[in-house]
Amino acid sequence: MRRYFGRKLGIYVLTFFVAVTVDWMIPRFMPGDPVQTMLSRASLRPEAAQSMQAYLNNVFGLDVPLWRQYLSFWGGLVRGDLGVSVWLFPQPVTGVILRAVPYTLALLVPAILLSWWAGNKFGALAARRKWLDNTVLPVGYVLTATPYMWLAILLAWLLGSEAGWFPLSGGYSFSLAPSWSAEFLASLAWHWFLPFLSLFLVAFGGWAIGMRNMVIYELEADYTHYLESLGAPRRLVRRYAFRNALLPQLTGLALALGVLVAGALVTEIVFSYPGLGYLVLQAVNNQDFFLLQGVFLFIVLGVLVANFLIDIAYVVIDPRTRTGMRGEGA
Amino acid sequence: MSTPDLQEELTAATPATPLNAAAPAAAARVRGRREVLYFARRNRKLVAGLAVVAGFLVVAAVGPMLTDHGPNDYVGPPGQPPSADFWFGTTTFGQDVFAQFTHGLRSTFLVGVLGGGLAGLIGMLIGFTAGYRGGIVDEALNMITNVVLVIPTLAVLLIVAAYLRVRGVIPEAIFIGLTSWPWVARAVRAQTFSLRTRDFVDLARLSGAGGRAIIVREIAPNMSSYLLMALILLFGGAVLLAATLDFIGLGPTSGISLGLMMNNAVLWSALQLGMWWWFVPPGLGITALVGSLYIMNVGLDEVFNPKLRKL
Repeated sequence: MRRYFGRKLGIYVLTFFVAVTVDWMIPRFMPGDPVQTMLSRASLRPEAAQSMQAYLNNVFGLDVPLWRQYLSFWGGLVRGDLGVSVWLFPQPVTGVILRAVPYTLALLVPAILLSWWAGNKFGALAARRKWLDNTVLPVGYVLTATPYMWLAILLAWLLGSEAGWFPLSGGYSFSLAPSWSAEFLASLAWHWFLPFLSLFLVAFGGWAIGMRNMVIYELEADYTHYLESLGAPRRLVRRYAFRNALLPQLTGLALALGVLVAGALVTEIVFSYPGLGYLVLQAVNNQDFFLLQGVFLFIVLGVLVANFLIDIAYVVIDPRTRTGMRGEGA
Repeated sequence: MSTPDLQEELTAATPATPLNAAAPAAAARVRGRREVLYFARRNRKLVAGLAVVAGFLVVAAVGPMLTDHGPNDYVGPPGQPPSADFWFGTTTFGQDVFAQFTHGLRSTFLVGVLGGGLAGLIGMLIGFTAGYRGGIVDEALNMITNVVLVIPTLAVLLIVAAYLRVRGVIPEAIFIGLTSWPWVARAVRAQTFSLRTRDFVDLARLSGAGGRAIIVREIAPNMSSYLLMALILLFGGAVLLAATLDFIGLGPTSGISLGLMMNNAVLWSALQLGMWWWFVPPGLGITALVGSLYIMNVGLDEVFNPKLRKL
């Protein structure tokens, strides 16, 4: 088990190292001068432009050798210094991002967990059941093929704009100030529902199909036939199939994290939901490169942490990893 | 986006196709091919999926010729619902949505073929090499694969695209190809592992064939159905990824794409104004195209995998 976690952690540390290096390299090795690019495209007041130029030159430190630039980049990172936002000048990027992260997490975590749970249950139920399968399969495939932003747009248009049941944009009503009052929390939940539903539905389709296919696969396995020949009740056989199919689904969850995060980003953009996606849009529109790079690092970090949590879940579910045998995820 | 579950299936499942290449006679191969064709033509999922994809291909090829103006030209009255003159209506600026849609469809196919193809190529190259060589080469390549696998593709594309001054569809496709190969590499590696110890591979090695020849002539043909299905998934994944990137506003700086259409629609409040003809076609196009590709894949699986045929 220690070997399993050691190996996993090693890969995650290496990945973070690579991600930071990429984050550092891209502005420096892309064609063109990043400082000039930023200044020319950011529409700033003259005095702001001047202080930005001085600041940027200092931050990039383009006159010192590359290895020193690299080291100072890491130094800033360790101190939690990701630079200053252009869009919200002169707020530090770290603070801007930390304010947005709770909104993204509040969308993503319930959507991921619930869609995974419900999709698995539903997919297992549908497998080898004629009429249920005939409806689940096409609906599931259409849902996974749907671009996240399109479903979000459709929901916002139908339930928000046309029906008027849900608000179209924002994280809470603009007439309220953030507080712990019941009114504010209700507004928060009301604004949260559509983006959540949109994320949930697209992800749900994928899990349902995955589980359905896996269960069918397991129902063809030798142990299933053996159990059946022993006269085991069908419920029991299906339960075994479900538990076996759960393992690849968990690995699938780890693989899907990047896609889910991307889905959350665009969903937030559609609903102007004040999470990381909204920051990305503002950063792109305002040429706020530090903010964009900061969001990149936060996303990578979040995905790595989530991967590690899934690894722990794997150990809980799969006894083989506990006894030191190589499980599927090792 | 890509469908992780399908990917997972390809990665995790043991070879589903009967790998009975112990009978390499040409006659058997022809018979096998005929059998596949027989089942392919009778598979409704495959035929229906293929028909939809072909339909979109025709629209992408012929559509732009039906209009005599470019996708971004201001040709009509602003904000008109679909009519005889403008089949899909017009945007807030009087651009023809139909022209945008057909031109966008072209970019979609380009990104899918180029991005998906490149990712497939890299994935196969790394997967075959790692799986066949084993040892330290495998360790190193596997490490790289795992690292790229964990880093969220879209996040990397975000910062790369943001620093590009001029963005086109082709560079976008290339960047997508360069970042979305890892799961293919993993699947191909696992398959190669299980194949390389088979008797017929040993036989080829004994007869003096080189590593490359063995991979191309002995190993790859035995997983050709897998490779085909992986390529289809990569195509769909690249299309969804490009749409996401375009929607965020990091798409091509000139020209049009389906993602960019949705971006513009949301940006100019088509939702609030109820201009459904602006944002429904691009999303519906992507969903129908990618969805039928996935359903095609299910059909292909049933054609290639005798265990699923009886269903």
